[in-house]
Amino acid sequence: MATAFDPGRAWALDPQVALRSERFGALAYHFGTRRLSFLKSQKLATVVRSLADQPSGHDACLAAGVAEHEMAAYERALATLATSGMIAERPSA
Amino acid sequence: MSASGPIGASVTPSAPAGPVGRLVDQFQSGLDAPICLTWELTYACNLACVHCLSSSGRRDPRELSTAECQAVIDELQRMQVFYVNIGGGEPTVRRDFWELVDYATAHDVGVKFSTNGSRLTPAAAERLAASDYVDVQVSIDGATADVNDAVRGPGSYAMALTAMDRLAAAGFSGFKLSVVVTRQNAGQLDDFQAIADRYGAQLRLTRLRPSGRAVDVWDELHPTSAQQRELYAWLSDRGERVLTGDSFFHLAPFGDPLPGLNLCGAGRVVCLIDPVGDVYACPFAIHESFLAGNVRDQGGFTAVWRESALFAELRRPQTAGICTSCEHFDSCRGGCMAAKFFTGLPLDGPDPECALGHGETLLAARGGQQVPRSSPDHSRVRPLDRACDESPLAGTALDVLLA
Repeated sequence: MATAFDPGRAWALDPQVALRSERFGALAYHFGTRRLSFLKSQKLATVVRSLADQPSGHDACLAAGVAEHEMAAYERALATLATSGMIAERPSA
Repeated sequence: MSASGPIGASVTPSAPAGPVGRLVDQFQSGLDAPICLTWELTYACNLACVHCLSSSGRRDPRELSTAECQAVIDELQRMQVFYVNIGGGEPTVRRDFWELVDYATAHDVGVKFSTNGSRLTPAAAERLAASDYVDVQVSIDGATADVNDAVRGPGSYAMALTAMDRLAAAGFSGFKLSVVVTRQNAGQLDDFQAIADRYGAQLRLTRLRPSGRAVDVWDELHPTSAQQRELYAWLSDRGERVLTGDSFFHLAPFGDPLPGLNLCGAGRVVCLIDPVGDVYACPFAIHESFLAGNVRDQGGFTAVWRESALFAELRRPQTAGICTSCEHFDSCRGGCMAAKFFTGLPLDGPDPECALGHGETLLAARGGQQVPRSSPDHSRVRPLDRACDESPLAGTALDVLLA
């Protein structure tokens, strides 16, 4: 479930979460908690989709083209998603 | 079914400042697929609640078959509709109810269903407790049997509590206790909370709409303005702990907006599929004026959602009439379309329960004008009453239930 977000660790979308692409970004729905989240940017949707393939949350942001000056905002968004259990830490490869 | 606000999910905006603008504006113009929808599986019901928003009672012979329901679920899966709020009627009276629930969850469509509890056997409770993808809400409309049974019928309180006993015994925590707030139960909010706590359930309060049979009893049942204010304060204190199905956004002028999306999602992010496959803008608007199409039409539900003229109209910027100049318009947005329609008020004006009292003024000015009625009516009526169908008094036999 919910864990504190550390951008240096490896993350993935929780297996009970469905992500749906939208014009504004994406909608995420957690079937277990029945919580809905709005990802209000395409770049954030890309970050979240790529989490499972990247060695860390920070790397996922870099790969999606998040600039240094945006990094804090994106890490905050990921932290919110971690708090609500939408994303979960995975064992590092 | 009991009033079930379509978006029941908790809401977390996750938003680094982006160029997309406000989410409500995104939603106002509609999504390619609903976030969730309400699906009344049957008009059949063993109860005859005086305020039934779908005028349920008798099964409609044109009801969608199992295969047709499964085809709809296939579409919902392709559209990535996250979940359906299943109601009725009493949905569990359908012989294929559990089959359809299993089919939906196996196809990535979550299920929350509303029930009066009559068919929640111990075995059904255990089955529910074992599934992460199925949620249940049990309806009561009074914290005591006298208040509840006056609206939902004799024995219905005991029936619902038995169902909740079984859910709790099966280890299902967090199911929903669903209450439509009325003038008669508005003073029992703490008692409802105590019942929910006793069962490890979550309380869900929703708004009484003058839809379906409730059009006949709304004047006597809808909370007074003093009660609305107390309800707002009570909900504000509890935040996300009490669910509301986003149904009280018209009360936002009393203070800060309540948790939730706070917009009318009708035809934009939610809709209703009725037992015969008719698609309406929202569960509180079963009337031909809000009928967008039928899932049996060419192109199925997807085409109705994406191409219906009615939904296209709802997704255009709306005129708000005299509300436009109100300083609270941004939070209440003129309130509930169905509440206005079924009280005979103009859609581009205040909600009948406008927190500032503008609705009451309009209602008083209405005089004896006829209000619209839900077109499909599956109420169980005696043959004598059927003979009077052409009379303007047709349907008023239901008033007897209040006596």
